[in-house]
Amino acid sequence: MNKPPVQSRRQFLQKAALGGALAGTVSLPLLVNADKLEFPDNLPEWMRAPGGEFGNYGQPSKHEQQVIRWISANPAAPGNGVSWTPLHDLQGTITPNGLHYERHHNGVPQIDPTQHILLIDGMVEQALSFDIESLMRYPMVSRICFIECGGNSNSGWRSNPIQSQAGYAHGLVSNAEWTGIPLKLLLKEAGIQTSAKWVIAEGADAAALNISIPLEKLLDDALLALYQNGERLRPENGYPMRLVLPGWEGILNVKWLRQLRLTDEPIMSRDETSQYTELMPDGSARQFTFINEAKSLITSPSLGMMLPDNPGIYQISGLAWSGRGKITRVEISADGGDSWVDAKLQGPILDKAFTRFSLPWHWQGEYAILQSRATDETGYVQPSREALIENRGKHGFFHYNAIVSWEITEEGDINHVYGF
Amino acid sequence: MSTVSKVFTTTLLLLLASYSHAESDHQSLGKPAEALSQQTQWNLSIAPDGKVLPKGKGFAAQGQQIFALKCAVCHGPEAIGASADPLVGEVGSLTSDYPEKTVNSYWPYATTLFDYIRRSMPINAPFSLTPDEVYALSAYILSQDAIIAEDFELNEETLPRVTMPNRDGFTAFYPEK
Repeated sequence: MNKPPVQSRRQFLQKAALGGALAGTVSLPLLVNADKLEFPDNLPEWMRAPGGEFGNYGQPSKHEQQVIRWISANPAAPGNGVSWTPLHDLQGTITPNGLHYERHHNGVPQIDPTQHILLIDGMVEQALSFDIESLMRYPMVSRICFIECGGNSNSGWRSNPIQSQAGYAHGLVSNAEWTGIPLKLLLKEAGIQTSAKWVIAEGADAAALNISIPLEKLLDDALLALYQNGERLRPENGYPMRLVLPGWEGILNVKWLRQLRLTDEPIMSRDETSQYTELMPDGSARQFTFINEAKSLITSPSLGMMLPDNPGIYQISGLAWSGRGKITRVEISADGGDSWVDAKLQGPILDKAFTRFSLPWHWQGEYAILQSRATDETGYVQPSREALIENRGKHGFFHYNAIVSWEITEEGDINHVYGF
Repeated sequence: MSTVSKVFTTTLLLLLASYSHAESDHQSLGKPAEALSQQTQWNLSIAPDGKVLPKGKGFAAQGQQIFALKCAVCHGPEAIGASADPLVGEVGSLTSDYPEKTVNSYWPYATTLFDYIRRSMPINAPFSLTPDEVYALSAYILSQDAIIAEDFELNEETLPRVTMPNRDGFTAFYPEK
C-alpha cells in the first residue's frame, strides 16, 4: 500500500528557504552595463538565461518534431492500419517507446488494469486466472529483441520500387528491451496436459484478435511482457500485458493479452488463414510461417537524404536482424552487388535483436547502388529480390526480406531501385 | 535446549527448506478459474469442428438485408470490396496473374468466417450481432459463390460441414521439416 510522503520539519524549512532564494532571484533588477560585458552577444541566448523547467515526463526537442511514426490507416476505420518506425531518423539499436511501430486491427484499447485478467485454460490440469497485482510478484526477466510485422516491407512485391524513406517502407519492425514473466512459469503452474500442442492467444481489443501459437514456443523463450524499455507497456504496445515471442512475426506477439487456451490443434482463425499466409505461384499458400528470416537495411544514406560533398566520406550505417538467432555478418556493396565488403558490426550482438552495422565510404561522385546483405548464425543469407521472387512468386505479400537497393546518382541524390 | 540454540536450529531448518526447494523461487498466485473458463465470453474461438458454435440459424436472404445495412458501407454493396476487403467472387483466381484472396476464394474453413464476424464485425460495433445474424451473414457470403444454396439453413450443425473451395490449399510450415 502506498503511504503518503512524510515531510520532516527540516525538509520543510529547506524548501521554504529555497523558495525564498528563488523569489529573490526573480525580483532582482536587471542592472546591465553593456559596455563592460565580456560576452555581449557571442554566446547563444540559452546560455544567458535560465533554461526550462523540470518535466514530469520528458519529450523530444521541439527541433526533432519531424521524427515521427508514419500512420497508414483506413480512413473509414481509423483504428485499422499501421504506423511505421522512422528507422532512417534513428541511431543505435533501441527503438524509443513512442516510436515503436504499431499494427492495430481495431484501435488501441484503453484498458483499466484493475479490471483486466489473464485466463489460462483448455488442456491444463487447473484453469487459472491472474490479475496484475499477482503477476507483479512473479520473477521477471528482461531481454532485448525485435518485433517485426509479417507484412513489413511488402511494398517490395510491387512492380515499381516505392519511393518512401527507409523507415516508412521497412519500419514495421522495432527493437526494445521487454521485461516480463517467462510464460513457462505460468503454464506449468496451470499444469500442461500431454495432449496440448497449441495455444490460442486472444487479445482484449475491439477485434478480440485470436491466433494459434505452438506450445513449444511458449515453453521456450516467450515472455508475458509487462514493461517496455523499462517502463510499463504503452497502450499501443499492449498495456497492461502482451506476448513477446522473440524472432516470430508480430501478429503472434498478441497485445492486450486476455486468454491463453491450450489445445491439440490450431484454431484456424482469420489471422492464420486469410492473413499472414503466403500465396505461392502454384496457388497454394504457406501457413504457420512464424519466423522472420534474416534481413538488413541501410538506414543512412537512404532515400530522402543526399550526399552534400563530392568527393566526400560517408558513414554507411544500418540495421540487421534475424528471427533465427544472431547476425554474424553484414556485407555492403556499392556497385549493385558485383562486389561486397564486410561491414563492422557493433556489439553487443544479441540473439533475435537489431544489430547496427557501419562502414565508411569514400564517394567520388560516381553512380552507385548501395546494398546490404545479412547472414545469420544458421548460415542463412538474405536473398536478392530476384531470388525471393524466383522462390516465392509475386503474390506472397508477407515475409518480404530481400536486399534493399539505394541508387546514388552522380548529383548525390538517392532513389529506391530494384537490384541488378 | 537453550532459547538461543532453539532459534538457531529453527533458522537453519528454514534455510535448508528453502534450499531444498530451490526451484520454487516464487509463490503460485493463479486463482482457480474452471467456472470462468466455461463462460461464453471466454469461449469465443471456434475451431473447424464447430463445437463451441452458439445455437442459432440464418439464411442468405436475411443476411443480404443485414449486409446492406451494416457491412456494405465498407465492403461494397455486392461484397466485392470498397474501403475493406472483398469477401466474395474470384473463386479459382489464386493461380492467375491477379489472384484475389476473398473469403470464398481463399479461406479454408467456414467456421473462421463465423468466428471472425462474431468477434470483430461490424468494425464500429463488435459483439453487437446476434448468433442468428452472424449465421445469416455467413450464409449470404457463402451463397454468393454457390458454396451453399440460397435457401440453405446455416446453423451450428450445418456450418462446420460446409466445404470451402480452398480447403486443401494450405501447406503448414510448422513444425519445420
